[in-house]
Amino acid sequence: MKKKHEWPQWEVFVRSEAGLAHKHVGSLHAADARMALENARDVYTRRNEGVSIWVVKSDDVYATDPSESEEFFDPSEGKSYRYPTYYHVPEGVKHL
Amino acid sequence: MIATARDPRVEYVMRLGDNALVLAQRLCAWIAHAPVMEEDVALANVSLDLFGQARLWLGYAGELEGAGRDEDHFAFHRAASGFRNVLLVERPNGDFAATTVRGYFFDLWSYLALGELARSRDERIAAIAGKTRKETAYHLRRSEDWLIRLGDGTPESHARTQHAVNDLWRYTGEPFLRDEIDAAMLDAGVGFDPATLLDPWNERVRSAFSAATLAIPSDPWMQRGGKSGLHTEQLSYLLAEMQALPRSMPEAAW
Repeated sequence: MKKKHEWPQWEVFVRSEAGLAHKHVGSLHAADARMALENARDVYTRRNEGVSIWVVKSDDVYATDPSESEEFFDPSEGKSYRYPTYYHVPEGVKHL
Repeated sequence: MIATARDPRVEYVMRLGDNALVLAQRLCAWIAHAPVMEEDVALANVSLDLFGQARLWLGYAGELEGAGRDEDHFAFHRAASGFRNVLLVERPNGDFAATTVRGYFFDLWSYLALGELARSRDERIAAIAGKTRKETAYHLRRSEDWLIRLGDGTPESHARTQHAVNDLWRYTGEPFLRDEIDAAMLDAGVGFDPATLLDPWNERVRSAFSAATLAIPSDPWMQRGGKSGLHTEQLSYLLAEMQALPRSMPEAAW
């Protein structure tokens, strides 16, 4: 339950170096996006962990429901033909 | 570069180091007492940055002096009268508003001062200033953000912030006063004229205060003394706590 004066929660994503994707590192509280970025800088990049930070309001993150896991994730099990290694490359095929 | 015992540079660099050291010690008292956890970490970061700055300055002061005193000696084995920090940084933490206002006044001065010192003829001073100015820019960003949030916040946060401003304003003149040490350093191309920072400082304060809906006090009276070793009693209490361990156990190591 949300307290009346509590700051919203934010999810923090940090890019550790140029070229890599932003990765979720944790969450924090802040009054607005600017403060969230500053707090993220102070809490999650103080040991030189990042070159870029994203913050997203936790309320704006939509997540899968654990009770729907079966229909969401189980069907992808055992479908080896979805991996490139499933296919044999015929001899003589170039530029693949 | 080794200086003679009367080299005003020792005194000059010590002032820079003591400003950082005393404010660092003040800020670390917030740890586990900040209004929110995120702010706790942020204040600790600023404090640690300032301890780092103090080490660089005081280490260099010791080298210049050439009398065998190192940064720890300066920090732990001087009495209050040996400290050369401006009075502003030794003011007690008070509430979060007072800490914010004190930090803002100092961060803005420090940011401007380091910009000047980065052009010093003394390469070591220029290097330390260049390195520490980046983190100081961030300290200033934080303290200015908070000043505006609190000033332009709730009636209570506004009242507390204005109260802190009224209380601390009289300590904002000292950093801009030029004494014989400043004059000697200016002549040598090592330092800058502190009076020239007053206009840019005032300009930014006016603009931030306007956004924060805060009023600049009209009383022009300014307190001074810290730069020449005349301190308020609050510094003695701060030092008593900071120096207790090394003074009671001089051989202690970790």
